[in-house]
Amino acid sequence: MPESLLRAVGIHKSFAGVHALKGVDLTIMPGEIHCLAGENGCGKSTLIKIISGVYQPDAGVLEFNGKSLQKITPIDAILLGIQVIYQDFSVFPNLTVMENLALNSELSEKHKLVSWKRMRSIAQDAVTRINFDIDLDSIVGTLSVAQKQMVAISRALMFNARLIIMDEPTTALTRREVDALFRVILQLKAQGISILFVSHKLNEVFEISERFTIFRNGELVRTGQTSELDSAKFTYYMTGREFSEQKFIPGEIGKEPLLEVRNLTMRGAFEDVSFALRAGEIVGVTGLLDSGRSELALALFGIRKADSGAILVKGKGAAIRSPRDAVRHKIGLVPEDRLTEGLFLPQSIADNLIIAEIDRLAGRAGVFDREKRAREIERLVKEFAIATPDPQNAGQTLSGGNQQRVVLAKWLACNLDVLVLNGPTVGVDIGSKHDIHGILRDLARQGMGILIISDDLPEVIENCSRVLVLKAGKIVTEMDADHADEQRILAHMM
Amino acid sequence: MNKGLKKLTKRNEPYIFLVVLALALLIQFRSGQFFTGNNLVDIASAMVVPGLFAVGTFMVILSGGIDVSFPALASLTSYATTKMLLDAGYTGGIWLPILISLSLGAALGAFNGYFIGFLGLPALIVTLGTSSVFKGVMQGALNSVQLATIPPGMQAFGTSSLFVASNPLSGLTSRMPVAFLVFASVLLVSFLILRYTFLGRGIYAIGGNEVSAHRAGFNTRRTKFLLYVFVGMMASLAGLIRTCMMQQNHPTNMLGMEMNIIAGVVLGGTAITGGTGSLTGCMLGTLLIVIVENSMILIGIPTIWKSVFVGALIIIGTGVSAWQVFRANRVAKVRFFRKEVPTI
Repeated sequence: MPESLLRAVGIHKSFAGVHALKGVDLTIMPGEIHCLAGENGCGKSTLIKIISGVYQPDAGVLEFNGKSLQKITPIDAILLGIQVIYQDFSVFPNLTVMENLALNSELSEKHKLVSWKRMRSIAQDAVTRINFDIDLDSIVGTLSVAQKQMVAISRALMFNARLIIMDEPTTALTRREVDALFRVILQLKAQGISILFVSHKLNEVFEISERFTIFRNGELVRTGQTSELDSAKFTYYMTGREFSEQKFIPGEIGKEPLLEVRNLTMRGAFEDVSFALRAGEIVGVTGLLDSGRSELALALFGIRKADSGAILVKGKGAAIRSPRDAVRHKIGLVPEDRLTEGLFLPQSIADNLIIAEIDRLAGRAGVFDREKRAREIERLVKEFAIATPDPQNAGQTLSGGNQQRVVLAKWLACNLDVLVLNGPTVGVDIGSKHDIHGILRDLARQGMGILIISDDLPEVIENCSRVLVLKAGKIVTEMDADHADEQRILAHMM
Repeated sequence: MNKGLKKLTKRNEPYIFLVVLALALLIQFRSGQFFTGNNLVDIASAMVVPGLFAVGTFMVILSGGIDVSFPALASLTSYATTKMLLDAGYTGGIWLPILISLSLGAALGAFNGYFIGFLGLPALIVTLGTSSVFKGVMQGALNSVQLATIPPGMQAFGTSSLFVASNPLSGLTSRMPVAFLVFASVLLVSFLILRYTFLGRGIYAIGGNEVSAHRAGFNTRRTKFLLYVFVGMMASLAGLIRTCMMQQNHPTNMLGMEMNIIAGVVLGGTAITGGTGSLTGCMLGTLLIVIVENSMILIGIPTIWKSVFVGALIIIGTGVSAWQVFRANRVAKVRFFRKEVPTI
């Protein structure tokens, strides 16, 4: 067996009494693409921080390149050749690509004075290594997410990196950008660099990694060759639960459409979009990141205005010019980015739950009825199984899946007819994802019309009774769930 | 449009320059007095103190912070310096007063810097607090009153001039103070720090993303601390120069200047959220405020309307910036739909 690049054995770490890592092991070979998976809170971020020197382990052995690592700092880790590409890429949006690339190495060499010429040559070398074609003088804030990521990768490579840790690198990328990223990862592998790829997206794990390690609740569940893995096992190792994948079978579908869209057009986003949504139906809208799907969601909820076309609610024309209008017509939106658009993170879970129905909680003379509020919060927390010791805690204390339940619960408290969900399970772990799908199916059976806008194809195929495919702003096809499969949808999307 | 020109239209400086030019032409047209030697020298001379304040404020805002304590800091240090030297019967040159002011300024700046840099407290709250403390120390502990005379060395510095410009029409003359050289050197030093040292690039980096700056290896706490020390020194220098130029020390008449200075810096295109801006823009913005403050009288606008004018200018100026951001976003959207994918 060849010598390993990184070997972690029996790593323990506790924070204020919470045992985050309970003796986990991880071995990475030189030039290997290794996937680390697990649900939120399973300890994978903690382990990354230990490897990169941010935290010190309480117990355990850590070896890199045959040498034992003890009490290392982040700078030590970088000098050893360990680089972490964080989800936010740690770039400076206000500076040029050149400065972003050169600053780290200039600082690590302890230069006090700036030589713009030297910085340019460092930056030029960095981008050439992965054939990244970019204007070094452009401001990073104006780049796309994928380009920012390439800046971060080029920067990481400058320190003779031996191991690059990528923390959920594909979260905000389009399919094409993911392909481009994977090509770069394979190039790095060819140069003998090991990649630790942190992800909980099943298809990506299968596509790119050779070996995998799965954590659950701070313990190592399984490690091995990816070729031995299949999706059922993967899900089981991650969650400890078995899910039967069943397609959604709708209950009774209403005759008249709850929501009808006719020739809706928003210049630069989508055009001539028409469809109808009936009670009890779950309709999926899918397309690439730039297909206009998100704009469609925003137009249905009155955040952005369509240029022409009509929205009909229960057969009558509805002027939806603001979210308030949408709510009055009993339409709710679960937005794409729940952290900034769907929740008040620093405020309490309780307040987040009742915000949409706050008008109804007023007692006499418009004064807030505290008892009614308390009863409502108790009901919602119980009904949606929101895992929190105290609803007065801030929204940001919840995991992704629980946060999304709060967003859902908030709308369902308002007795809506139509719920539009944009990327309902982005960044949500498998267990919660399954639960959220279950909630949506129940709601549809109770007579709600649900529109799921998503590029997660298995999600769309499993849960929707019909699928609309958007491409460059136009609906290119409509399929029944029975006839939809990933290959067919992809063929229309691209 | 060629690439360089296109880049220029995205920046704030050309716009603010055009506004300054338009205002100058308007004043010239109405009064015939703007482009005269003495008026230009008057404006340059009036730029010295606000200009020094603006350089410090600019650097603080660039780092994502804010400082509202500099007028109080300048008042306290200039009063303490003048009073101390008067009591000691000091008759020497300007160097000792400058040295004393700079040390006092550095000490008070370090006070701000300690709380903001090392303890990580919000800059606005800290400087609001220290502003009050500085004022209190000056008025309470030092029992400040107006000082009608200042030491002879300071007096001489205040009246010495590089050259004198006269206006043949009105017969008025204006002196270009030596202090203008001090201002020019500070400007040069600040430019060099910001552009050619990693301390300066660190200020930009912290303003852009403090967490990333820390991860990249900048000593963010020390950078912020040094920044406030530097700003304290700039402010105390400005306070001393103002005392010299006015030939007296009035302990309260600088208080309240902070809003116009901050406005000038922001008008010049410095993002209030930090990270972007240039010294050129900052100086143009300050120049605009100075011209409005000094030259409105030339076009027959009564001085009582001055503050309305300054206010309107600030709103319009920020409006232009906001519009530019909006336009930039729109451009980004259009580009987005053309599906530009990085070629790798």
